[in-house]
Amino acid sequence: MANTTFKVWRGDKDSGEFQEFQTEVSDGMVVLDAVHQIQAESANDLAVRWNCKAGKCGSCSAEINGMPKLMCMTRLSDFDLEEPVTIEPMRAFPPVKDLVADVSYNYRVKQNIKPFKPRQPDNEDGSWNMAQKDVERVQEFRKCIECFLCQDVCHVLRDHHKHDEFIGPRYFVYNAALEMHPLDQEDRVPDLKKSNGIGYCNITKCCTKVCPENITITDNAIIPLKERVVDRYYDPIKMVLHKIMGPKKKSD
Amino acid sequence: MAEDLTGLEKRGWGETLRKDNWWIIPVVVFSVLSAFIVYATWAAFQNAHFEFGNYLSPFYSPVLWGDSHHSIFGAQPSWWPGWLPFSPALLILPFPAGFRMTCYYYRGAYYKAFWADPPSCSVGEPRNNYLGEQHLPLILQNLHRYFLYFALLFLCFLTYDAIQGFFFDDDGDEKFNDFGIGVGSLVLCMNVFLLGGYTTGCHSLRHLVGGGSDTTSPSPMRSKCYDCVSCLNGQHMIWAWFSLVWVAFTDVYVRLCSMGIWHDYRIY
Repeated sequence: MANTTFKVWRGDKDSGEFQEFQTEVSDGMVVLDAVHQIQAESANDLAVRWNCKAGKCGSCSAEINGMPKLMCMTRLSDFDLEEPVTIEPMRAFPPVKDLVADVSYNYRVKQNIKPFKPRQPDNEDGSWNMAQKDVERVQEFRKCIECFLCQDVCHVLRDHHKHDEFIGPRYFVYNAALEMHPLDQEDRVPDLKKSNGIGYCNITKCCTKVCPENITITDNAIIPLKERVVDRYYDPIKMVLHKIMGPKKKSD
Repeated sequence: MAEDLTGLEKRGWGETLRKDNWWIIPVVVFSVLSAFIVYATWAAFQNAHFEFGNYLSPFYSPVLWGDSHHSIFGAQPSWWPGWLPFSPALLILPFPAGFRMTCYYYRGAYYKAFWADPPSCSVGEPRNNYLGEQHLPLILQNLHRYFLYFALLFLCFLTYDAIQGFFFDDDGDEKFNDFGIGVGSLVLCMNVFLLGGYTTGCHSLRHLVGGGSDTTSPSPMRSKCYDCVSCLNGQHMIWAWFSLVWVAFTDVYVRLCSMGIWHDYRIY
C-alpha cells in the first residue's frame, strides 16, 4: 500500500482546473479503481463515466498522464507513483463535468455515413456466398468498442477543431468496414473525399497507437481508403478507367 | 449545423501532460533524415568516385549519360545547360527521392519531426491553421503511386548492378567477366534486398495488387500477391529505415573504395 497523489481535472465547459487528491494504492489497481476510491473518500460529486471495467464498453476513456487511455485497462503499476498521476477528460470533445466529455459529435457523424447495402442474395433462401478470406479483412474493424480514444488523440480534431469537416479515425474505420465488405454495393468514396475530409489525415498513426483493441487503423483502414480516393480523383489512368467502366462495381 | 465546441481549448506548442520522453523519436527522425539529405545531395553533385570496378553506387544507377563504362547513352549530353553542374545522379535521384517523400510512412514521420504537425501524439502544435493533405501543396502526395512505378523500375536496375557486382576484371583485359565475390558484391546485394523489401511493402502497391478490390479470393495469384505485400507492409517502417541507411552506406562503400581509402576484400 502506498499513498499516491492524483491530479484530477474538475470543472465543466465554462471553466475547470486540476485538483489534487491522495489515496492508498495497492497491487493490481487500475486508474478507474483509484478514481472510484477518490470518489468514495474525498469527492462524492466527482463525475466519471464507466460501465464494464473490462475494456469492452469504451465508456471510461480519459487522458492519463497526457495520453488517451481506458481508465479500467490502465494499471497504476505502469506509472512512477512517486509523482502525481494526472487524469483529465478527453480533450477533443467539449467537457460536460469533471472526467465526462460530451461525445455526441461522434453519433451525429455516424448518422451521416451511408449504411450497409448488400447485393441481391446469391441463393434462394436469401443467403449469400462469401469467401472467408475476403470477409476476414473487415473483421478487424468490427473489434472497435467506440471508446473514441482515436478521435481524441487525432490532432485534426484535438488541436484544429475540424469537427465540421472531418469525421475522425473511428469513422474511417467504420467506413472501411462497410466499404471493403465483399457484399456491400454502396459508393462512399465521394463522401470520403468531400464531407468526411479524409485529406485532412496526415498519417501520424497516433490513432493506431492508442487503440485499446489494437486495430491497425492507419495502415488497414485510412490508407486503403485514401488510395481509393486517389483512384477516383487524383490518378488520371484510374479516372479514365472509372469513366469507361462506369460506377463502382463491388463484386469482381 | 456547426458543432458546438464550447469548452475546447487548444494547447500551445509542445504543451502536454505526457511524462515520457516523447521528443526523442522526432529528434532522431529529424537527425537521420537531415543527415541523409545532406549526404545524398553532396554525393549527387560530386560526379566522381561513384564506381569502383564493376560496383556502381545506387545514387548513380542507372547512369543514363556520363563518363562511365556503366553509361547507357554515352557521355554528357550537349543539351545540358552549361551553368548547371552535370552529374548522372541529378538525372535520376528525383524519382527515388519523390518515392520516399510521398511514402505514407515517411509522411507521418517527417510531418512530426520537421513540421511539428503534431510534434508527437497529444502534444500541442505551433500553428493554428491546418490544411492537411486536402489542399496544395500536400495534395500532391497523392502522386505516390507514380513514384512507385519508377521505384520498381529502379529496383530492376539495382538488381542488375548487384549481379554485375559479382564480375571482376581479374585478368586485366578491361572486361568484367571474371566471377568473384567481394565484400562490395554483398553490400550491393543487401542494398537490393532492403530496397526490395521497402518498395514491395509500399501501401500503394498493396492497394494496386488487391487492396483496391473488396475480394481477392477469385484470383489465387492476386490473393497471394496481396498477402505478400501486406506481410511486408506490416514492417514498412523497419524496411524504410534500414533501406535508407544501407543505400547511403552502399554509396559510402563504393566511394571510399574508389578513393583508395577502403580496400574491397575478395571472399572468392
